[in-house]
Amino acid sequence: MSIAPVAVQPIPRGTLAGRVGKRALDWVPALVVLVLVLVVWQESIAVFHIKKFLAPQPTAIASTFWTNRHELISAGWFTFQEALGGFAIGCGLALVVALVLARWRGVGRALMPYMIAANAIPIIAFAPIMNAWFDPFSKFSKMAIAAVLCFFPVLVNTLRGLTSVRPQSIELMQSYAAGEIETFRRVRIPTALPFIFTSLKIATVLAMIGAIVGEYFGGAFTALGVLIDSRSTTFQFKEAWAGIAVACAYGIAFYLAVALLERLTLRGMPSTGD
Amino acid sequence: MATIAAEPLAERRRAAFVRSAAARVGMLLLVLAVLWGFWEGYRWLWIREGWTWPFVVDSTTMPHIHDILQALFRRPTSGTGDILLVQLLHATWFTAKEALVGFALGATFGFLLGVGLSQWRLLQRGLLPYVVASQTVPILAVAPIVVIYLGSLHVAPWFSVAVIASYLTFFPVTINTLRGLQSTDRRALELMRSYAAGPISVLWKLRIPAALPYIFSALKVSATASIVGAIIGEAPSSIQDGLGGFIVNFNQYYSLNPENLWATNLIAALLGIAFFLVIVGAEAIVVRRAPEHVA
Amino acid sequence: MSVVTIEGVTKTFDGGTTALEGIELAIEEREFVSLIGPSGCGKSTLLRIIGDLIRPTAGTVRVNGKPAAQARADRDYGIVFQDAVLYDWRTIARNISLPLELARWNRRRRGERVQEMLRLVELSGFESHYPWQLSGGMQQRVSIARALSFDPALLLMDEPFGALDEMTRERLNLELLRIWEASGSTIVFVTHSITEAVFLSTRVVVMSPRPGRISDVIEIDLPQPRTAATREEPRFFELVTRVREALHLGSDHDRDLTAPRTAEAPS
Repeated sequence: MSIAPVAVQPIPRGTLAGRVGKRALDWVPALVVLVLVLVVWQESIAVFHIKKFLAPQPTAIASTFWTNRHELISAGWFTFQEALGGFAIGCGLALVVALVLARWRGVGRALMPYMIAANAIPIIAFAPIMNAWFDPFSKFSKMAIAAVLCFFPVLVNTLRGLTSVRPQSIELMQSYAAGEIETFRRVRIPTALPFIFTSLKIATVLAMIGAIVGEYFGGAFTALGVLIDSRSTTFQFKEAWAGIAVACAYGIAFYLAVALLERLTLRGMPSTGD
Repeated sequence: MATIAAEPLAERRRAAFVRSAAARVGMLLLVLAVLWGFWEGYRWLWIREGWTWPFVVDSTTMPHIHDILQALFRRPTSGTGDILLVQLLHATWFTAKEALVGFALGATFGFLLGVGLSQWRLLQRGLLPYVVASQTVPILAVAPIVVIYLGSLHVAPWFSVAVIASYLTFFPVTINTLRGLQSTDRRALELMRSYAAGPISVLWKLRIPAALPYIFSALKVSATASIVGAIIGEAPSSIQDGLGGFIVNFNQYYSLNPENLWATNLIAALLGIAFFLVIVGAEAIVVRRAPEHVA
Repeated sequence: MSVVTIEGVTKTFDGGTTALEGIELAIEEREFVSLIGPSGCGKSTLLRIIGDLIRPTAGTVRVNGKPAAQARADRDYGIVFQDAVLYDWRTIARNISLPLELARWNRRRRGERVQEMLRLVELSGFESHYPWQLSGGMQQRVSIARALSFDPALLLMDEPFGALDEMTRERLNLELLRIWEASGSTIVFVTHSITEAVFLSTRVVVMSPRPGRISDVIEIDLPQPRTAATREEPRFFELVTRVREALHLGSDHDRDLTAPRTAEAPS
């Protein structure tokens, strides 16, 4: 294709302040939306006489949070540890199994439909069973739920990434007499990284869901899910909403941490969304 | 001029289908047998050796598979009522309806949102972070509030659960629709420009059809998410008729009758897989693409 | 009135590369004009400027007596790329009818025209096939059929046969000449291949790079209609040599290579 080549020049970098400033500007619309939503929420509770227990005003939630901040934050941390542990176990196992199945591709190809089907099982139904297997008051029972929730999506996506290499790339490695391990290191794994990070980001959300749902079926009193549930049933809705806000905060932080890791690892490679 | 042999599409597909059907059924039976064997084997070994890691194995924590299957044909409440299987099928139908409605709502909303975000950059910058953040809200905690609130607007509880299901459904569809619409081939866009096609024509005739594989990929995930959402929505809302209600119920009496909960899970799993397969079938009909050439 | 008039066209891209400088060219009705030159001479850019897919930095382009943008809006030309760019989710018939749908033709008219086009490129019977069931050469024929479906006065082609093997290429060259004859259109054809340019064209425009310029225009006076035998005539070889020399003259790179060698022992 003989398109007139644009002279290859370094991408204009500009000053650090300039780049940070541009990045910050990207977030302005989101901030505007946030402020708008909060204002509308605050006002419409009063205007439409929505019962305060359903959706307390943001200011009420904020002050309740501040009053109970120690309890809420430590409860959130407790639950977050469950999610993080489950995330680590589930994703770690999934990556290992994916590597093995990509190495022995025959087995992988044969099992792929079953793994995709397993991914389709609403595993959330197993939460109560995990509480029966492991001490419901220990963190491990919730970690198990989170791990199971993370396992299949990460496995399916990683395997897909590892095996979606163009045949020419493999042939090239073969022409260099590169062994399987080399091929994995230099071709398959880099190809799979965008897929892996996409599934990891999804897994952060799944791990949190798993931990909190698990707590609903029985968990330590110091756990956030238990806290939210007990406040709800005793009609302390401001506290319940404060707890929900904390859960969101931990979830978003978790997601952003992985997204940051992705950006650092995949400099220049295409990512998905945020 | 030598004509490259290109058989009509329908004939080729039929032949391939017949060939692989037998192989697939055989594979399925093999996998099920292996799983059954693994379960019973693990159980036998752990009980024999008295190992307690990672968890104690006995009839409560790991009932025999044949016990679980038998439980389906017994009456859960002694004497009266239908056998468990029939009750579960009713519950499945109840939950499936919620999930289906939720799926339809969520997928439609997700698709439209994805299209909107792809067309207006400002909207994308403003809303995308919240679309992502929306999934961090613990649905389980919010579910009873949604049910009560919509109930005060005289909305039936099952519809409230459908709304909750749609909440989990819309997200993957939005993200993948956006990604699919943004990854249209540059050359194809140039071609449309040469036809002086307006932005709506480009969207309808090029971008959306090209994005269908992405969208269906998301729909497969969403199918499961809608069922998860329905079950999670039912559980804390004291809705007895669906699978969520049964799970909560059997969880309370787990130590007495562990098989019931396992049987419920089995049915829930089948529901999830069935829904997934429906989407796969729809994809095969709607999405005609070249077979992938990958290693 | 010329079909295409290019006056003083210059194109600089961001970053400072001058892809084209001071291009002057007029193309008459029913001509077959090839643009040939080494990489970076701007031939594809020029083609896209004619098609209003890229705007020139300076100069004017008129197609069919109108500004290029108007000609595009009026769908006065069809374009064929090196990649057939067929839509995987449409049958061959629906791929060909795409521009007709956009031009709001009714279904019956579209159906008739699609059949006509398939006959023209000798692919009747493949209406219900999908692009990936066809070979590369067949896909390109579909792409040509699609470009001609709405009877444009002008056909722009950007190395359409570049991805095909030599035998298919030579066959499709003859095909293209037959189609050109039958449709009566004007063709602007970008190519890398000297023999292809000479075989197909009535005129060959030789371009040189850095900056992109027209360095020579060579009339091809081979008799029409051209056949496979034309490739073996002495006049063909003469013209090929003329074009090759014009290319070497225009290219800096080759100018350095043809510089006299310093002391090197002859073998």
